[in-house]
Amino acid sequence: MIDNPWSLVLVGVMAVLTFSLGYVGSRRANTTPDFLVARRGVPATRNAAAISGEYLSAASFLGVAGLVLKDGVDALWYPIGFTAGYLAMMLFVAAPLRRSGAYTLPDFAEARLGPSNLRKFCTFFVICIGVLYLVPQLQSAGLTLHTITGLPAWLGGAAVTVIVVVNVLGGGMRAITLVQAFQYWGKLFAIAAPTFVLFTLFLAGPGNGAQPVDASGVLRFPEDVEVTTVDPVRVRVDVALRLSATGVVNGAPADGPVYWTPGLHEVGADTKLRFPAGAPVPVVEGSPTSNHDWLRPQTEGLSGLFETYSLIFATFLGTMGLPHVLVRFYTNPDGRAARRTALHVLYLLGLFYVFPTVLGVISRQYLPQLLVTGKTDAAVLLLPATMQPNLLGQVLGAVVAAGAFAAFLSTSSGLLVSVAGVVSTDILPGKVRDFRWATVLTGAVAIGLAMLLPRADASLTVAMSFALAASTFCPLLLLGIWWRGLTWVGAMAGLVVGGGLVIGAQVITVVSSYTGKWAPSVLSQPALVTVPVAFLTMVMISRLTARRKPDDVNQILLRLHAPDPLGFMRDRDVQRFGTAEEKAGAADRGRGDGGPPPTGKL
Amino acid sequence: MTKHSGPPGQPDQPQPAERDAWLSVSARKNRRRRVVLADPRGRGRVLRTIIELEEQTSVGEKLIRDLIRTQLRTGLALGGGTLLLLASLPLVFYLLPWVAEVELVGVRLPWLLLGLLPFPLCYGVGYAYRRLAERHEHDFVSSVDR
Repeated sequence: MIDNPWSLVLVGVMAVLTFSLGYVGSRRANTTPDFLVARRGVPATRNAAAISGEYLSAASFLGVAGLVLKDGVDALWYPIGFTAGYLAMMLFVAAPLRRSGAYTLPDFAEARLGPSNLRKFCTFFVICIGVLYLVPQLQSAGLTLHTITGLPAWLGGAAVTVIVVVNVLGGGMRAITLVQAFQYWGKLFAIAAPTFVLFTLFLAGPGNGAQPVDASGVLRFPEDVEVTTVDPVRVRVDVALRLSATGVVNGAPADGPVYWTPGLHEVGADTKLRFPAGAPVPVVEGSPTSNHDWLRPQTEGLSGLFETYSLIFATFLGTMGLPHVLVRFYTNPDGRAARRTALHVLYLLGLFYVFPTVLGVISRQYLPQLLVTGKTDAAVLLLPATMQPNLLGQVLGAVVAAGAFAAFLSTSSGLLVSVAGVVSTDILPGKVRDFRWATVLTGAVAIGLAMLLPRADASLTVAMSFALAASTFCPLLLLGIWWRGLTWVGAMAGLVVGGGLVIGAQVITVVSSYTGKWAPSVLSQPALVTVPVAFLTMVMISRLTARRKPDDVNQILLRLHAPDPLGFMRDRDVQRFGTAEEKAGAADRGRGDGGPPPTGKL
Repeated sequence: MTKHSGPPGQPDQPQPAERDAWLSVSARKNRRRRVVLADPRGRGRVLRTIIELEEQTSVGEKLIRDLIRTQLRTGLALGGGTLLLLASLPLVFYLLPWVAEVELVGVRLPWLLLGLLPFPLCYGVGYAYRRLAERHEHDFVSSVDR
């Protein structure tokens, strides 16, 4: 769309920096604990930057501004939920999870509930959530590269996969820690600098105040605009308008002037729509059409209220169940550092999320054409060049593009490490060589799926993986850490019921989207129902199977909650994979702290 | 035989290894450690309470149960309060539409309430929790370290 040579240069610089930082980080990585958890030596502030860098994916960097542009003030619940989820994690999960000494989520399940089939189930869900999160990252990377440089869409996803796989092959968790921490600050700069410049221009520029953001009434195109649809869309028109179209409109071929009455209109794929200046903007179905509704919260009645609460539920509770987020907390030295890391993450995320909101509000003025197709994810990328069609706009656009590329790289590398860690330790024997094979395998599967599957809205699939995490791992972690009564049978029943309901709801939504959108909105945002059901199932089944409670449950809870100086913590990766000298070191440390020698659990 | 780590008559001095445990792993590895071969008074008491904890005698079990309950209560109070505050907003906007018309410094109230307020709020609650949780752990360690 835009031929901007600067973008390609800055994206290339970002790739080279990522490579070299990964190389620096992985020079001394050679054991399995290095690859899985960076030898548990990452300090709190660096780990916090790495977690934020990994967590601020395309859905945050591009998606939040797009959703604000489309849905208005109600879209702000996404950044709120993404942040508050960390608060919940810090309050209930961070420190005890680190003290459990586990190195993956399935390993935590085994550490807490004893060896059983539960571990395999957890492995399955970790891979599910990881791939579900990874595929849209690669797809968005392709689309972004296509938008900013015009290169074919598959190339972007393939480039991200290659860079990330090579980095992870070199040093696993150790390699990506430094990279992700750097990419957080890169992303913050890439969104803050354009926001400051564009916001100043927005306030000061001539004519910019002509249509204030809070004018109630109809949104109109500021100039003649041509829009080409990619997929079929349905748009809502409030005020009748004339336009000219080439392609398929309302089921009939069209080539010339068209008159749209108020109501719903269907536009086929690959259709060109030309709107004259001053024409009212048709808006994709399901989003507010006038600025009046866009400005106000909760204008969709009860079903809107339900969706908001469901979103709050999914994001507040889902964050603590995301495997790639959890695995970063295992890299802290102890429970106290894990807690401090989570606090620092709250600060870094709050700092970031102010900027996409501002960009979303500004783009409502300059990019109304995105509302016709609903592909508002491109708003942040297109805004600089639209507001400033000169060198400044090009450079700012390139900075944003490099930031978006960093978002794809950091999130994909975190997901790849967490999935590869689980695959190598639970399906393969768990040596460094197995980790490398698992990395290649996961990368190949992900890029294959990204090319085969149809592209959905990035925010939709991400919301789905949050709902899945909130209905499976969140109850497992919360009950496992704070309730002595949990049994592996109960945990497994909860995982199956919660995960099954979310996956079922998603399948029904997809089927109904192909056959006339008959499914109620409950199914596309199911967390409000599935999370309580999963909790109830775990508690009830655990009560029924109370005999299966692990015998040493009191010792395990002691280990999870006892303060770090008492030295009850045992790192299970060292017990399973540690070299001879590391094992000796661990035993020595154990004796020094007055605790018992490590019990050979595995 | 080596000397006591503190002056005689003060067995409350933290043990070297215990002090080290607060440091990061790398710092712990490189640090020179004083080995105390016989320190009957302080060492024995700490060890005894830790063994009580590990073996889950009635005293040990009560201690750890109390700690878990305090931490959970703190987390629930802070988290529940935040959730209540944030989750009441959609209901307020739904039931009282006039709130959306209020303007503060040229920006409508809902945009301020949703776009700015939650982030400092979350950090503040997190900070308070860190302080409280670390104090509870400190109290626990000193009660074990009688």
